[in-house]
Amino acid sequence: MPSPDLLTVSDLEVGFATENGTAKVLDRVNLRIGQGQVVGLVGESGCGKTTLARAILGVLPMPAAHIGGGRIVFHGEDLLQQDPDTVNRLIRGRKITFIPQDPYGSFNPLFSVGDQIMQLMKWNSPLLEESGDKRSAWPALFQPYPRARYRADREKVLEVLRQVQLPQPEQALKKLPHEFSGGQRQRLMIAMALLSDPDLIIADEPTTALDVTIQAQILRLLRQLVKDRGISVLFTTHDLGTAYEICDSITVMYAGQEMESASTEAFFGRPSHRYTNRLLESLPSPDRDIQGIGGDVPSLVDPPGGCRFHPRCDYATEECRQARPDTETLDDDHWVRCHHPKRDASAEPHFAGQDNVG
Amino acid sequence: MSADTANEPLLGVSALKRYFPIRNVFGRRINWLKALDDVSFEVRRGEVLGVVGESGCGKSTLGKTLMGIHSPMAGEINFDGREIGALIADQRRAIAKDLQYVYQDPGASLDPRWKIRRSLHEPLVVHTDLDRAERDHRVSEILEAVGLPVGHLDLYPHELSGGQQRRVGLARILTLQPKLVILDEPTSGLDVSVQATILQLFRDLQASFNLTYLFISHDLSVVQMMCDRVIVMYLGKIVEAGETDAVFENPRHPYTRSLLAAIPRIAGKRFTEDFWLEGEPPDPGNLPSGCRFRTRCPMAEARCAAEVPELRSLDGRQQAACHFA
Repeated sequence: MPSPDLLTVSDLEVGFATENGTAKVLDRVNLRIGQGQVVGLVGESGCGKTTLARAILGVLPMPAAHIGGGRIVFHGEDLLQQDPDTVNRLIRGRKITFIPQDPYGSFNPLFSVGDQIMQLMKWNSPLLEESGDKRSAWPALFQPYPRARYRADREKVLEVLRQVQLPQPEQALKKLPHEFSGGQRQRLMIAMALLSDPDLIIADEPTTALDVTIQAQILRLLRQLVKDRGISVLFTTHDLGTAYEICDSITVMYAGQEMESASTEAFFGRPSHRYTNRLLESLPSPDRDIQGIGGDVPSLVDPPGGCRFHPRCDYATEECRQARPDTETLDDDHWVRCHHPKRDASAEPHFAGQDNVG
Repeated sequence: MSADTANEPLLGVSALKRYFPIRNVFGRRINWLKALDDVSFEVRRGEVLGVVGESGCGKSTLGKTLMGIHSPMAGEINFDGREIGALIADQRRAIAKDLQYVYQDPGASLDPRWKIRRSLHEPLVVHTDLDRAERDHRVSEILEAVGLPVGHLDLYPHELSGGQQRRVGLARILTLQPKLVILDEPTSGLDVSVQATILQLFRDLQASFNLTYLFISHDLSVVQMMCDRVIVMYLGKIVEAGETDAVFENPRHPYTRSLLAAIPRIAGKRFTEDFWLEGEPPDPGNLPSGCRFRTRCPMAEARCAAEVPELRSLDGRQQAACHFA
């Protein structure tokens, strides 16, 4: 897909200080998000997908986390090299926004939803630049919100709430967070992520806490909204089915290394990395026996050398123990980091035979 | 077991009700939350019966009422030829051996200061008269069945990985050789690769110990894989029941249809293109009249508001509670 790059992460290294030494949570990770693309970042717990999402947002828990190297280039500029203050003011929360996993924990239970959304709009409104309002050194709470802009911003908030199909948006703004159901709170979160007209939304497992029918509604809504506006999304999830539903392309991670990246069709149709194949074989299916992956996820403090998957891989050789594989391009936008990828995969399509029930 | 009891269902539940009071600030009851309303079904010997539904549908209340954690307000629970709905604690202990409950994380129920050996011996000490040697024999047998080395008996729970703890938790339940095991969301929160090994373990154990499972889950693809028959619940009522193939291939209740359409499935159509169910479940303390699904149902008519649809048999394999099924 020849869409220009919006964000590229290259050779990013992140370590966390622990009691037993530094855990190498991201090991030279690469990722690319095209303009208007929904990119899925999948992997099991502890694979580093949330850390990568947080590193892009710039909200890693400092000083426990340590960025060892690499670049995060957004709109042609390296976010890690730029003045943190500029990133905070112009990019984070404005051009890159976030949808959390737990919409309840993300609201203050003591204030109405409207108060909290307007608080966000005060310094992140798209109208801020035209209005010429300046942010001073005072905490935001003690600064006046100019009336004219407040009214315009409120209109914008209501418009977005209507777009996320929240019933009765005017009344909703006066309610407290606990008065909404989980699905509605997630709609509010999506609305808040859209308010500042972002270029990139980072969605960290946004539907994990929801029931399936609500999840289906939210995914449908999210996909429709971002496609209409041409917003890119980085969607982290551990659920491969969800990734299939919403993503244009998928990158899979294992123990802090990215293993394979492909368009959604190629990822499920012609999975090449041995880990990807094992992961897909683990999915529940009524038609065949399922197999888990033997062994345990390795410790990140003392990870296995070479390819981090080699202790659990049936195809591992001496080469895999010694050297981390380079990326090998198989197809347009389909690359794999494996010494022995599955090459004849196209001859035996994996999931093409499985029917969609219902 | 005599020949005539072999064909009888292991568990028969009829017209089971469990309401919870909703109280106002003065402690006066203002309404009932109908977590289980007139639920009837049976579990046959040796089968896996799935109970599916979304949060708040009453599936966990069902499991807990069967276990006696909640007492039923009305209805009968017949387990292995015995009415157990109204037993007092002492009488209940006698059947506890045959009816066991597996929590979401069975590993978490291990005492951190006990070695695995002691944890595995405990249920046998409480429920049986076996002497030490016999208990040792039974324990090592079970340990092998769940795929753990005998050397692990002398370890503490923290020395095992999460998956191994889970296996010990299961072993602990299986030492009693229960007749019915209630599994309450046994794989939620697990990664797919771990989930796969655990599901496979459940299957193997069922085959080797001739177990009967009541499998409570919100994950339809897991239920489809594991269960012989399935019950679909919505707000305290059974809306559809039947053999798994029949329900998944030809769902008759509109709620089941939407639930199946909402499973993210790899290959085939994406539901982001045509998912049709709108709205969210109503407040369970303030249910709509008639059919509980009618507020979200695209087929709803005046009749749905007036009459509560009964669960009726459609053909030999399937039942549904819908006027239009």
